[in-house]
Amino acid sequence: MLLNIKDLHVSIGGKEIIKGLNFSVNRGEIHAIMGPNGTGKSTLAAAITGREGYEITKGEILFKEQRINDWSPDKRANEGVFLSFQYPIEIPGVSMTNFMRTALNARREYKEMPPIPAGEFLKKMEEKKKLVEIHSKLTNRSVNEGFSGGEKKKNEIFQMAMLEPELAILDETDSGLDIDALKVVANGVNQLKSDNNAFVIITHYQRLLDYIVPDFVHVMYNGRIVKSGGKGLALELEERGYDWIKDQFED
Amino acid sequence: MEKMTKTRYPLEEILHDFYQDRVSIWDKEDSPGIAGFRKKAFDFFESNGFPNKLMEKWRSSDLSSVYEDPLRVAYESVTYEKEINEIFRCEVHGFNTEVISLLNGSYYSPEEDRLSISEEGVIVGSLRDALKQYPELVEKYYGHISGFEDDGFKAVNAAMARDGVFVYVPDGVEIKNTMQLIKILNQPNIMVNTRNLIVLGKNAKLTFLHCDDSVNHYAGLTNTVNEFYLHENAELELYKLQNLNDESVLLNQSYIHQEANSRLKVNIQTLNGGLVRNEITNFLNGSGAESEIMGLYLMDKQQHIDNQIFVKHNAPHCNSHQLFKGIMDDEATGVFNGFIYVARDAQKTSAFQRNNNVLLKTTAHIDTQPQLEIYADDVKCSHGATVGQLDNEGMFYLMQRGIPFEDARMLLLYAYADEVISKISIEALRVSIEDMVKRRLRGELSICDRCVLHCSNPDQPLTFDIDISKI
Repeated sequence: MLLNIKDLHVSIGGKEIIKGLNFSVNRGEIHAIMGPNGTGKSTLAAAITGREGYEITKGEILFKEQRINDWSPDKRANEGVFLSFQYPIEIPGVSMTNFMRTALNARREYKEMPPIPAGEFLKKMEEKKKLVEIHSKLTNRSVNEGFSGGEKKKNEIFQMAMLEPELAILDETDSGLDIDALKVVANGVNQLKSDNNAFVIITHYQRLLDYIVPDFVHVMYNGRIVKSGGKGLALELEERGYDWIKDQFED
Repeated sequence: MEKMTKTRYPLEEILHDFYQDRVSIWDKEDSPGIAGFRKKAFDFFESNGFPNKLMEKWRSSDLSSVYEDPLRVAYESVTYEKEINEIFRCEVHGFNTEVISLLNGSYYSPEEDRLSISEEGVIVGSLRDALKQYPELVEKYYGHISGFEDDGFKAVNAAMARDGVFVYVPDGVEIKNTMQLIKILNQPNIMVNTRNLIVLGKNAKLTFLHCDDSVNHYAGLTNTVNEFYLHENAELELYKLQNLNDESVLLNQSYIHQEANSRLKVNIQTLNGGLVRNEITNFLNGSGAESEIMGLYLMDKQQHIDNQIFVKHNAPHCNSHQLFKGIMDDEATGVFNGFIYVARDAQKTSAFQRNNNVLLKTTAHIDTQPQLEIYADDVKCSHGATVGQLDNEGMFYLMQRGIPFEDARMLLLYAYADEVISKISIEALRVSIEDMVKRRLRGELSICDRCVLHCSNPDQPLTFDIDISKI
């Protein structure tokens, strides 16, 4: 099992958001997590990636059989966990190229490998840029600075392609995307998908799932996964909305 | 009177005696105009003394310990020694500069002729000599925009500064090489009063790099007044690089007068110093003048930074832009006081000002005070100030990409500073400063190699073996 979450409870500032969640992911799988706003989807992503302020009060997160509850975000990342941010951060003054090289080399240092040779790095950049249809000029700019919403999300997928994670979590990557950008993002994910990695796609709508076909769909409500099924569940949610879930699982 | 009962600080006493001892000699040397200016300044100092914390402009900077210091006032002009001259013989690589040197406040040159005039009429050299050789030209500008009525230090300078640098660029002349002024103190416990006067004629152009460096750990107090005149359509780029030891106090007071359509760019990099005060008064006195004043300060330990920027829009259709960014660590303290004044007739003014601060520890402190005073009704003005910690969101973003905490922190701090550094238009200088800032932020700068000039070891090649991917 790549990711195994058992009875997870997460609090922010003393308020419990995730209330006993169980969730597991195997290599080669794509999972979609859906659910109404404010049910803890992004909190789950933050807890898996180790964001400060998200306190795990109970339960455990196992990644590749290791308990990662107390690991720093960079250690988790270097072990192969990637998060595509809902709101990517702008970092003026740091070029995309420098940023990516720093990140790649941090990973290599973690794995006790020498830094990536310049030629190899540039080749890899070119290759992955094509994958997400990113223009050269974007990578010469500062990280996300002045990027449009769509460019920022494409840039997240580009970084994912560069870092080749084993577990990629896409947090609302589809929000704010037009249909063309959505297709590019989906195409990127589909090409990167392999038997060795897995994707967790957090989304509010099923729109993205027209292009990325999930193996499993889970519905989150009130801090728990309350329903799981195949891709048909996403279509049902699209049709019926979330109210029937709310009615069924209201505390 | 107050004067009678007030007890003088030791340093006030020293300055008083210093002046009285020499005034008869100076009266013989100086023209009546200069002597009168000097006398008025001394009288002001006698009745007002040094600034105190009750004064608005000095509210957040306390120099009282300096006032107690038995400093020696530097005066005697220095004789040339080859060894000392080596200090000034180093340059930033890939960047042609014409070096002008001030040692302990006096113009310093191996040449007998301490003032040169080029075929085009460009005059460069000792201000003291310029006052003798070109009295009419110099007195047309000397002391005209730098008042001393608000500040005892300026009064001391006006009364007692005997030398400094004079640069005159005639109408239509563009100086290609950057002019670099290096000021060094090589004696312990001295107070230096220096005046620099730089005049750009119509359509003239100059890039000026003003370095204040320490080459040792001596304590010292530098009190400088700079006057810059930009005639119509002139262009000045002024860079200030401040790398002083923790025992140094630097008071740098600049007055810049701009006539119509002249363009000014100021970029101040304060990388180190015990107490550094930059006071800039910028007069936009002609229509269409533009000014951009920026600064970056990186303070730690118990260092203190004080930036006082006054931009005065006295004419219509002028643009001004101020940006000061600081990173404060340990128990460093600082103040930013930015003031934009728009006169009644200065319609169509566009004036912006921003001051951002990052405090790395809760023990660091900054007072920031942006101010606007507007009397015209058709203007665009804005100001803003922030004081905060390092961006948590940014830190998480970088760490989520696998970058460890310390590296992520450096990357963000550097990115923050880059907004000011990137505005340096001389590439070789920008690259050198980028590197110094990176090393400064990592705490890797030691007293001498933090300076681009490698003064203590001029033969040492300037190499930056920095892995950019690891900033």
